[in-house]
Amino acid sequence: MSKTITIDGLTVPFRDGQTIMDAALASGVYIPHLCHNPEFKPHGSCKLCTVNVNGRNAASCTMPATEGLQVLNDTAELNDERRALVQMLFVEGNHLCPSCEKSGNCQLQAVAYYLEMMSPHYNHFYPTREVDASHPGILLDRNRCIYCELCVRASRDADGKNVFGLTGRGMATTLIVNSASGRLGDTTLAVTDKAVQVCPTGALMKKGLAYTVPIGRRIFDHHSIKDVQTGGGHE
Amino acid sequence: MTFELETAANPQGLKRVVIEPVSRVEGHGKVTLLLDDDNRVHQARFHIVEFRGFEKFIQGRPFWEVPVIVQRLCGICPVSHNLAASKAMDMIVGAQLTPTAEKLRRLMHLGQVLQSHALHFYYLASPDLLFGFDSEAAKRNIVGVAAAYPDIARQGVALRKYGQEIIRLTSGKRVHGTGAVPGGVNKSLSLEERDYLLKDVEQMIAWSREAVELIKKVYGDRPDFHNGFGYFRSCFMSLVREDGALDLYHGGLRARDEHGQSIFDHVDYRQYWDYIHEEVRSWSYMKFPFIRSRGREEGWYRVGPLARVNNCDFIPTPLAEAERKIFKAFGGGGATQATLAYHWARMIEMLHCAEGIQELLHDDDLLGSELVSQGERSLRGVGVLEAPRGTLIHHYRIDEDELIVRANLIVSTTHNNQAMNEAVRQVALQYLDGQQLTEGLLNHIEVAIRAFDPCLSCATHAVGKMPLEVELVDAGGNVIDRLAKNSDGQCGA
Ligand code: SF4
Ligand code: FES
Repeated sequence: MSKTITIDGLTVPFRDGQTIMDAALASGVYIPHLCHNPEFKPHGSCKLCTVNVNGRNAASCTMPATEGLQVLNDTAELNDERRALVQMLFVEGNHLCPSCEKSGNCQLQAVAYYLEMMSPHYNHFYPTREVDASHPGILLDRNRCIYCELCVRASRDADGKNVFGLTGRGMATTLIVNSASGRLGDTTLAVTDKAVQVCPTGALMKKGLAYTVPIGRRIFDHHSIKDVQTGGGHE
Repeated sequence: MTFELETAANPQGLKRVVIEPVSRVEGHGKVTLLLDDDNRVHQARFHIVEFRGFEKFIQGRPFWEVPVIVQRLCGICPVSHNLAASKAMDMIVGAQLTPTAEKLRRLMHLGQVLQSHALHFYYLASPDLLFGFDSEAAKRNIVGVAAAYPDIARQGVALRKYGQEIIRLTSGKRVHGTGAVPGGVNKSLSLEERDYLLKDVEQMIAWSREAVELIKKVYGDRPDFHNGFGYFRSCFMSLVREDGALDLYHGGLRARDEHGQSIFDHVDYRQYWDYIHEEVRSWSYMKFPFIRSRGREEGWYRVGPLARVNNCDFIPTPLAEAERKIFKAFGGGGATQATLAYHWARMIEMLHCAEGIQELLHDDDLLGSELVSQGERSLRGVGVLEAPRGTLIHHYRIDEDELIVRANLIVSTTHNNQAMNEAVRQVALQYLDGQQLTEGLLNHIEVAIRAFDPCLSCATHAVGKMPLEVELVDAGGNVIDRLAKNSDGQCGA
């Protein structure tokens, strides 16, 4: 007999060492998330994956699954909070979807659609953030960074290069590049590096691919992020 | 070609009349008149605030984003900006467009011009033309046209929709798609999409012919009135193909003076600044371009349908070419100068678009798979095309990191700035001078502006609506009279 938890009344099996998020994804249950990527160690920073576990809120990407946990996930209350979090992400950076080349392939945009976010609600901060286009094959547009640290983790853990890091706190948080000049062009980052593939937004991207996929053939044009991330949307 | 009435000799003691249509995104336009106690016009100016800050906004952005960002300049002709910027970026990436890419872009552009011209003629201009400039204001709108001439209104809607379908299938969306990319396009047409468009194209040609007949009839019924309304002479500028043909997508710059004599011809637009200067005047946010060799007083010009049909040696599609000849003969063989002839020229162009679309749809290159090309990079890109309203210039510089450092745009409406002011002055003199102002008389001024189809006309004349306020202000700045027209076209104090 395998061990189980319940998520919104559904019985979900898990193996020892799995988090609630791991168990949910393995069973095709979608819990909204942005800083989590199953290939990397959980980070627990965006809080979008917050669920209610036995009456208390917890980040499902870091919370280990244990026998019999009662998890609430897809509730109006939790989704309201998630929507507010996403709205804050939108006003904290400069996310101009209409002209962004990541539009249609962006997880931030897709999760906003999933959570039925109709407007940013809060006042925009319009922060001044730097664009680093010094690398011939890669663009870093900090305007779109949500500080999920996926690139930091991927560069360190998968590429063994440690190109990225975060400094500062709150509104002063910045994604920094580890080179003497602080510019991407002076690092060993390669276009094929894992770090360049993992960004959930349009902050870190390969150059030369902008808008080459026509509208109608982008990842989220016909599938919700729920379908894509639980494998349900693929024909 | 003088600046009479631009600035009153003694503005003190004159009444100020402001016509200020409230607009949405395309900019904010207003007309101010200075009148004396006998309502004689001493000064007339047309100002627009538009595109401010845009050139700044894209500084520091990667160049490849620009064709998509610039579409936001305008909700009516986004494709023109998308294509002009893409042409500039072609230069930056050193592309020689593949036949598939060039033809798809041309198709997209013809669809755009078709839908824009249809929108302007049926929705914005036809109420004035069919009912009269001072006809009952409440009916002088597309709703009124639909009631009195249901067939005409229906054709207008269908033509517009057809153009939008072309845009959707070539760019992914009806508005603000992503079809053109630096060096080419991101999709070609499928066989089904091509056949879907082919199915209705004959009908579009037939209706465009009817539209030309309609404007010819309206114009011909009162030729002297239509010729004389807001009449003035000016230079004209447009792109023409190498062989002198009308070409909306690409060509060299041709300018002719008010007598039809060549000023320059087949100029490489990548050097446009050697030929055109932009003057700033304190009272308007919009610049005043002029042809350098002629100077500011003699060098201002008109662009758009009238300029193009006047300037080209021929139109490369047969039905439109036959109409061009009639148009030309009507104007006595030289350039037609009449302000209202813009409407006529516009419909000849719409017919050309419909014919051109049909021709392209029979070309299998549209189904091709070679979409983009690249070559030697450049730090500068200039893209010019003929947008629905006239010559559109996009000019960018990038740095070594491929980020935009400088941008300069000269949009169609800006080229026409001086000419629109001139039309306003002529109409003010012809119709308003010494008269008690009424809504109908003020509409005459708007009719003159609207003939140019400036970008703001859509915003001020949307379906049945033209929020408009006119204030009479005395020299001390006190409002002495106010005439407001609300969104249902009713006038009230
Ligand atoms: S660049 Fe992308 S992956 Fe890296 S921290 Fe920012 S949003 Fe996350
Ligand atoms: S996905 Fe769990 S905190 Fe971000």
